[in-house]
Order: sequence, then structure tokens, then C-alpha cells
Amino acid sequence: MAKITYVEHDGSEHVIDVKPGLTVMEGAVKNNVPGIDADCGGACACATCHVYVDPEWTDKTGEKSAMEESMLDFAEGVEATSRLSCQIKVTDALDGLIVRMPTSQH
Amino acid sequence: MNNVSAHVVILGGGHAGGTVAALLRQYGYDGPVTLVGEEPIAPYQRPPLSKAWLKGDADADSLALKPTEFYAGAGIDFRPGVRAAKLSRAARSVELSDGSTLAYDTLILATGARPIALPIEGADLAGVLYLRTAADAERLKAELGPGKRLVIVGGGYIGLEVAASARALGAEVTVIEREPRLLARVACEELSTFFHDYHRKHGVAFVMGASVDGFVGQAGRVAGVRLSDGRVIDCDLALVSVGITPNDELARDAGLETARGVVVDLEGRTSDPSIYAIGDVAHRPLPIYDRMFRREDVPNALEQSKQAAASICGRPAPAGEAPWNWSDQYDIKLQIAGLPFDVDHVLVRGDPATAKFAIFHLKGDQVQCVEAINAPPEFIMGKQLILNRKPVSREKLADPTVSMKEVAA
Repeated sequence: MAKITYVEHDGSEHVIDVKPGLTVMEGAVKNNVPGIDADCGGACACATCHVYVDPEWTDKTGEKSAMEESMLDFAEGVEATSRLSCQIKVTDALDGLIVRMPTSQH
Repeated sequence: MNNVSAHVVILGGGHAGGTVAALLRQYGYDGPVTLVGEEPIAPYQRPPLSKAWLKGDADADSLALKPTEFYAGAGIDFRPGVRAAKLSRAARSVELSDGSTLAYDTLILATGARPIALPIEGADLAGVLYLRTAADAERLKAELGPGKRLVIVGGGYIGLEVAASARALGAEVTVIEREPRLLARVACEELSTFFHDYHRKHGVAFVMGASVDGFVGQAGRVAGVRLSDGRVIDCDLALVSVGITPNDELARDAGLETARGVVVDLEGRTSDPSIYAIGDVAHRPLPIYDRMFRREDVPNALEQSKQAAASICGRPAPAGEAPWNWSDQYDIKLQIAGLPFDVDHVLVRGDPATAKFAIFHLKGDQVQCVEAINAPPEFIMGKQLILNRKPVSREKLADPTVSMKEVAA
């Protein structure tokens, strides 16, 4: 299990044990953590699972695909640490990961 | 809601029903919630059933909206395998198919829709399939495989997605479409042509402008599809995907206002203030287009779940969203934002031959709808333009060398 801390826009923290193999998005949605909508269920079609990866962790969360890059480039409130959480696979190496959520996913 | 112990009963365990149940808890509602689902399993995502799941790229766990144990843990009384038989508004109760009765204070109709059946000869033969539920998908997947001859009746999104997935599984596919073009009800001609060509290139055969007269059986199993001109197309299995019809009978029988579905307002409320309707069954306002419409997509189910849950919990209404939807076929990602209402001009941005382009539907200088093929910037910026109603220059929009950021600036 990897312990992931999801921080809502208002600062509320949710610490969740996520099974490796799931995505960071699934870890939130399946545990009813608010703030990650994931309308398309992980098909990289909607950019409603946008998170900011804690700068300490950006090396470990991997590279963005061209599709993800392209989606993010045009999403609102994008920063250098922005990712689509449906595209980050959870591994043991992500134990301790912290992600923050934007004001809104829509 | 003033009465914190009021009983919320949700009829329908699909994407809308499952989502609104979870959102009620997320929004802090701590009264009793009962979720009644006709299917034997907890709410799950239907979109992958014709795409990733059918091709074997997604498992059952990944389909589930929440783990099954979530419902008990969240104090949601989830009742699988039962359906509502009768709604008594005067008594505020629902009779279920297992003979039990549920009293409600607030009722949410999330009864969804069902595939339209073809009332033709042979429709009850083994091997004539529909695709709506996980069980339907299991049957379809079990019958598909290399060399299997699949005939798909209906060239809409479900039919075409299954065609692409079946080709990936090595099946021979023929699509029969009643209209002269594919996706006739939901897409413009340019997009129909693009998908027609793309599927043909991937080995799918088409019979256009043809109506199906019956299914030909052999020992109780489908062996062919007979067209009205007498032609028979041999097959090992057939999929009927000619659209869906809302499960609104319960509401009609109870005297709720209905049109193409159950009529609701922007809170998801029906003509009875203690009853909501969300998802495929609801005929809802679309403020951007100043009209009522029944949508059949997941983002609609999610938006209406938020509207109803916020209303029940006394939270501010969620911000309006632009309609959107997506489809995956082969290596094509189609993303659609908006709906093509009141369109007076259609323009194509990019070259369809490159399989990376977008079709914009305009009303004057406002974007009403965009169909983006492997073109996320056009989708995302188009969606924002549809929502904020900002006028655009047609010349800039039609020129792919002008970035979407500049178009929307």
C-alpha cells in the first residue's frame, strides 16, 4: 500500500492507503475523496482529475504522455507541477505522495 | 434539507444513482439513504463496456464506481437485484419487485434507459445481443473472437465502438445502418464521413440505407440478418444498437410531468418537489441553449447528480457545465463539447486526412459545439468558449496556424 495525501483546495487533508496498480485518481474516487471529479473514469478525455504534485515528488510520478501534456496545456490553473491524476500509476515508490487539488475541475 | 433524518430513496444503481448516493455523503448528508439497483452488482462505469473492457484492457474492479464495501461503510443501504414496481406519491412510498415497500421523504429517480428492441422476426434467437449492462457485455465478449462474424445493426456510437473493439479481437464486422450515413442522429456529415472511412480502412464492412427485416435462425441460434430487399448477411452473432429509450414509466404512471423523459429543473427536481430525476431518464434544462433536452451521456449524469445532491443538502447550486462526451475507436479519441443546436455555420479546423482535426459548429460568432478528433486543445478551449459564450473570429478559428489560445483570447 502507498499512503497518499490528497489536499483539497480549502486545505482539508485526506490520507488514503492506495493499492499499487490503481491510479492516483482511482485512489481518491474509490474512497469518496472530494475534489477530483474524473468524469471520464480515467480515459484521459476530460482533464477533470487535475492535481498539483508536491514538488518533492515530481521526479517519482513519471513523464506525461503527449495526450496528457496536450490536455493540461489548455486546462485552467495549470502550473509546472500539474498532472492528470488518472495518468499516475500508484507504486510502492509513491508511498508518502502529496497531491493538491485546484479550485474547480470544471 | 431541514429534516436531517429524512429518508432519501434512490431508484436506479447506474452511474447517476451511484454518484448521487456518494455525493450525498460527501456533502455531509447523514440521514438514511437507500440505493435500489436492478442489476446484481454495485454501480459501475458503462462507457468501457464497448471500449477498453471489451478489448480486455480493463477489469471488473476498475469498472466499479466504488468498492462494494463502500456502501455499507458509508451507511448507504444498497439493495441490488430489485427494481421499483410502483410509485405512490400520495403515500410517499415505492413498491419493489421483491414485494417490499420503501417509504421515502425524498425520492431520486435514476432509472436510466434501456436499449430499443427490434420487434422483428427472430429477435429472440440466441446470439442476438444488446449492450447496456455489464451482463450484456459479458455475453458479447464471450461470443466474440478471431474469425467470428459479427453483424451490428445500427451505426451509432455504441455500434461503432463495438465494431472497433471487435476488430481488435479479430472478428469480422458488418455494420447495417438505416440512414444513408453513420451517426446520423448525433454527428455532422463531415464526422460521419471520417468515421466511415476510418472503419472501412480497418476492415469493417457497411451496408448503408438498409433496413433489417428479421434474423435468420438455425437450431435456435442466429445465423444471418435479413434485409428488407431480401439480402441475407450471414453471421455468428448480431448486436442490436439502435438507441435507447428512457425508463420513465414509473414517473408517467405516477402522474409526474414527462416529455422525452421526466421533466426536471436545474436542481434535478420534477413536478413533485419531493422527487428528483437525474441521468438518462431526465428531460432537463440546457441554459446555454435555452431549451429542454434529454441527454444520454455520463457527464450529464454526473452534473445532475451534483445538482440534486446540492439541492437536497441545501448547498449552493454547482456552477453550470458545458455538455461534453467522448468516444474511443482504434487510435481515435473523439471529444465532443456542446450540442449542435441553432447552428448556422460549420467549419473544419485542420485536415481530416491527418486524423487530427476539429469540426466547429457556430451560431453567428459563438461556438455551439465542437467535435475534436485527436485534438485536445480544440476540445478544451472549445468547451470553455461554449460555456462562457465568448464570440470568436471564424477566420482565426478556421486557421490551424493560429493557436486555440489566441482564438479564445
